[in-house]
Amino acid sequence: MSQKPLLEVENLRIDLSIGDTKFPAVQDVSFTIGRGETLGLVGESGCGKSITALALIGLLRHPLSIGGGIIRFDGREIQSLSPAQMRQLRGDRISMIFQEPMTALNPLSPVGRQIAEMFVLHKGASWRDAERQAVEALASVRVPAPERRVKDYPHQLSGGMRQRVMIAIALACSPDLLLADEPTTALDVTVQAEILDLIRDLCAERGTAVLMISHDLGLIANMCRRVGVMYAGRIVEERAAEDVFRAPSHPYTSGLVASLPLLGARARQGRHRLMEIAGVVPPVAAFPAGCRFHPRCRASTEICVAADPEVTLLPNGGSVRCHHHE
Amino acid sequence: MKIRANLLIGGVLFATVILAGILAPLLAHTDPVMDANLMFAEEPPGGEFWFGTDAQGRDIYSRVLYGARISLTVGIVSQLINTVIGVCLGLSAGYWGGWWDDFVNGLTNLMLAIPSLIFALAIMAILTPGLTSLLIALGLTNWSFTCRLARASALSLKSQGYVQAAKVLGYGDIRIMLTQLLPNMLGPIIVIGTLGMGGAVLAEASLSFLGLGIRPPFPSWGSMLSDARDQITTAPWISVFPGLAIFMTVLGLNLLGDGLRDILDPQSRTRRA
Amino acid sequence: MNETHGDTIMRVENLAVHFPMGGGLFGGQRRWLHAVDGVDLELKRGECLGLVGESGCGKSTLALSLLGLQAPTRGRIILDGHDVSGSAGKDRKDRARFAQMVFQDPYSSLNPRQTVRTTLEAPLRLHGVTSRSEIDDRIADVLKHVGLRTDQAERFPHEFSGGQRQRIGIARALILRPKIIILDEPVSALDVSIRAQIINLLLELKETLGLSYVMISHDLGVVEHMSDRVAVMYLGRIVETGGWETIFTNPQHPYTRALIAAIPDPFSRTTGVKITGEIPNPLNPPTGCGFHPRCPEARDICRIPPAPLLEAIAEDHLVRCRRVGEFA
Repeated sequence: MSQKPLLEVENLRIDLSIGDTKFPAVQDVSFTIGRGETLGLVGESGCGKSITALALIGLLRHPLSIGGGIIRFDGREIQSLSPAQMRQLRGDRISMIFQEPMTALNPLSPVGRQIAEMFVLHKGASWRDAERQAVEALASVRVPAPERRVKDYPHQLSGGMRQRVMIAIALACSPDLLLADEPTTALDVTVQAEILDLIRDLCAERGTAVLMISHDLGLIANMCRRVGVMYAGRIVEERAAEDVFRAPSHPYTSGLVASLPLLGARARQGRHRLMEIAGVVPPVAAFPAGCRFHPRCRASTEICVAADPEVTLLPNGGSVRCHHHE
Repeated sequence: MKIRANLLIGGVLFATVILAGILAPLLAHTDPVMDANLMFAEEPPGGEFWFGTDAQGRDIYSRVLYGARISLTVGIVSQLINTVIGVCLGLSAGYWGGWWDDFVNGLTNLMLAIPSLIFALAIMAILTPGLTSLLIALGLTNWSFTCRLARASALSLKSQGYVQAAKVLGYGDIRIMLTQLLPNMLGPIIVIGTLGMGGAVLAEASLSFLGLGIRPPFPSWGSMLSDARDQITTAPWISVFPGLAIFMTVLGLNLLGDGLRDILDPQSRTRRA
Repeated sequence: MNETHGDTIMRVENLAVHFPMGGGLFGGQRRWLHAVDGVDLELKRGECLGLVGESGCGKSTLALSLLGLQAPTRGRIILDGHDVSGSAGKDRKDRARFAQMVFQDPYSSLNPRQTVRTTLEAPLRLHGVTSRSEIDDRIADVLKHVGLRTDQAERFPHEFSGGQRQRIGIARALILRPKIIILDEPVSALDVSIRAQIINLLLELKETLGLSYVMISHDLGVVEHMSDRVAVMYLGRIVETGGWETIFTNPQHPYTRALIAAIPDPFSRTTGVKITGEIPNPLNPPTGCGFHPRCPEARDICRIPPAPLLEAIAEDHLVRCRRVGEFA
């Protein structure tokens, strides 16, 4: 690649402080996102995917803090930026949408004004101009009758409409990177499909790179070109999306894929007993030593208990963190 | 587990008052009512009379000890009545809703609109003054906060899955309220009850001070203060010691209530790992 | 149609649940929310019926009335040949021995102040099991069925993980030995790697204990995997019902098709035919077919009242759409 990637994350570590002890909630996480690229992070609750996104946008708060590593956005190290510079970046060049748009929107302000604020804040537009652009922004997220909707307050909108408003706010300044943390988990399936289409289309149109975070492996594989699978604070496998389902390399990924009742599977192959992954997801304070998946892994041997596996590059692109990868 | 300071101090203060009340016959130097002796009227605190004597020459130390019995009885019993009334009304109103909820809400608002001390005063004016009347008056007038708390807890708890599950298992409404809702709202109710006990001790003192509570010559801290009005400049110890007793008891109960809130708060428990 | 077939364990006929909205002390127009609006269902012995639909389609209200927690406005519920359509609450205790429920959230569905043993023992006592040895036997038995150890019975819910809590919830549903279990999104609140354990457990229990399930879920993958028959609901009505294979390989109602197309396909980055718009306000439902404002196949005829009927287009395949024959 001749051009430098938009976002480089190297050996990111995020600490969770409990009392005087610091536990690594995220450790040795590295990935890059090129301009206009889509990367998915998939994992279960507590795997560190959401806090990784918060670290990228500088929103980690106590008891979480960055414990090491480098986050480079467009060549600049994010940790070296002043709070004022970080604020400049947020909303303008990196923006974020959340699972529950109601909590992310100001309940006391009309949605049009909340969108317009982005143009005033980051583009120096006058309020009159900004209000006009807000109508266009609402139209671009396919809200019907946007000139009337701008006057609505968040509680007057449905969950799907609120998420559209969030997307309008996030994409108002055509950012370089959009962080989407479970953006459709709270929505009905038909509404989810529309919101996903919207994110896909708008970001492709504007060349916005997307970091999509979800627990839904199918959704991530459908939305993203590359997928990072996270388990207990690590990226255990990073692949092209189509390979994750067809030829998973890490035992955790293959276990997950085999445990999912995929739509259409029963019609094609009849009903099989789903593969089970034994045990439970470990909490941050009790991540096991060695390979963090070893207590639940079928392929686990002595070395998995003794040594932390290094990242291995796979021949067809991608990487895996396992002593016994397939 | 670390014992919190407020719980410790509050507990010690409250336990001291309870012990003083129980052991009064052993600790007292004289009979609090009968041993009046005008020979020793208004003696300052000293060797024989630790806290001094009052206008009738009675030993204030002994009267304060016996006063603890009255204050504690009033505090505990009246607050128990309040808690039972408040929980019954609030829990059933929150769980059942509908017209019963509207009615209980109206009643609660009415109670909150009338200052409870004035209300208790009115009840006392109708009844003959005495301990029983005092318990009734204070027990019927301070349940609104408990009621509101119980109602709000019931409203939020009744949508919990385990309450639904109990219905599905065939539990009756009363059983659901007692086994599923009540145990899960008890923490804050105990806190409010403890804090309210301090209020009841104060209310008893106020009523007795106004002459509508415990009648002289029986020693209640409030009536002792009332009697001491005229001597407040000449013999301040007559009012200082019962006042101090009220202060320590109410402070102890409030600290205890705060301490209980800290340990009973479900937020401070370990939940989802 | 009073008697039921030998293999039908539950039959629902023309069930409707309407809620009053507005009105009250200061007047205002009282309107009726038709949460469930004329539902016919049949559950066969040993079958899992998947109930699919989006929020506000009435599937939860329907489940509550099956359990006797919500009085129906009209219609009948026939459990094992007995009409139980009386008002809610009265026959709660009788119905408890017949139908039970597993809840979505394993955290809020267990009383934090009761041990597992209390949770399981109290219902037994309520239903007249008083002998110590029988209570112990039945608790041990049900714990074994759900894959928990007997010694874990003395613990409180917070000592268990989400998956184990859901096992306790299943044990509670089984303790009275019911014939029907309503599963309300039984795995959607669990971690992805835990879901397979619970799905497998539920399918095993269905076989070994001869249970019948009504499963509410929005996860079509889970519905396809677990169900024998499927009913799709929209705005309080069933719009399509049939065997699982029919519904998933040959869906006919445009809404069913849209639901299936809306699931992101992990093997491609393209999207299926989408529907637009949002679920209408059930207080003000569209005229004619309730789905027409969002339907890609809608024509003028779809807007004309009355609502279309649920009609059989093949053996065990019913669709509520006027234009069902017209599109491939």
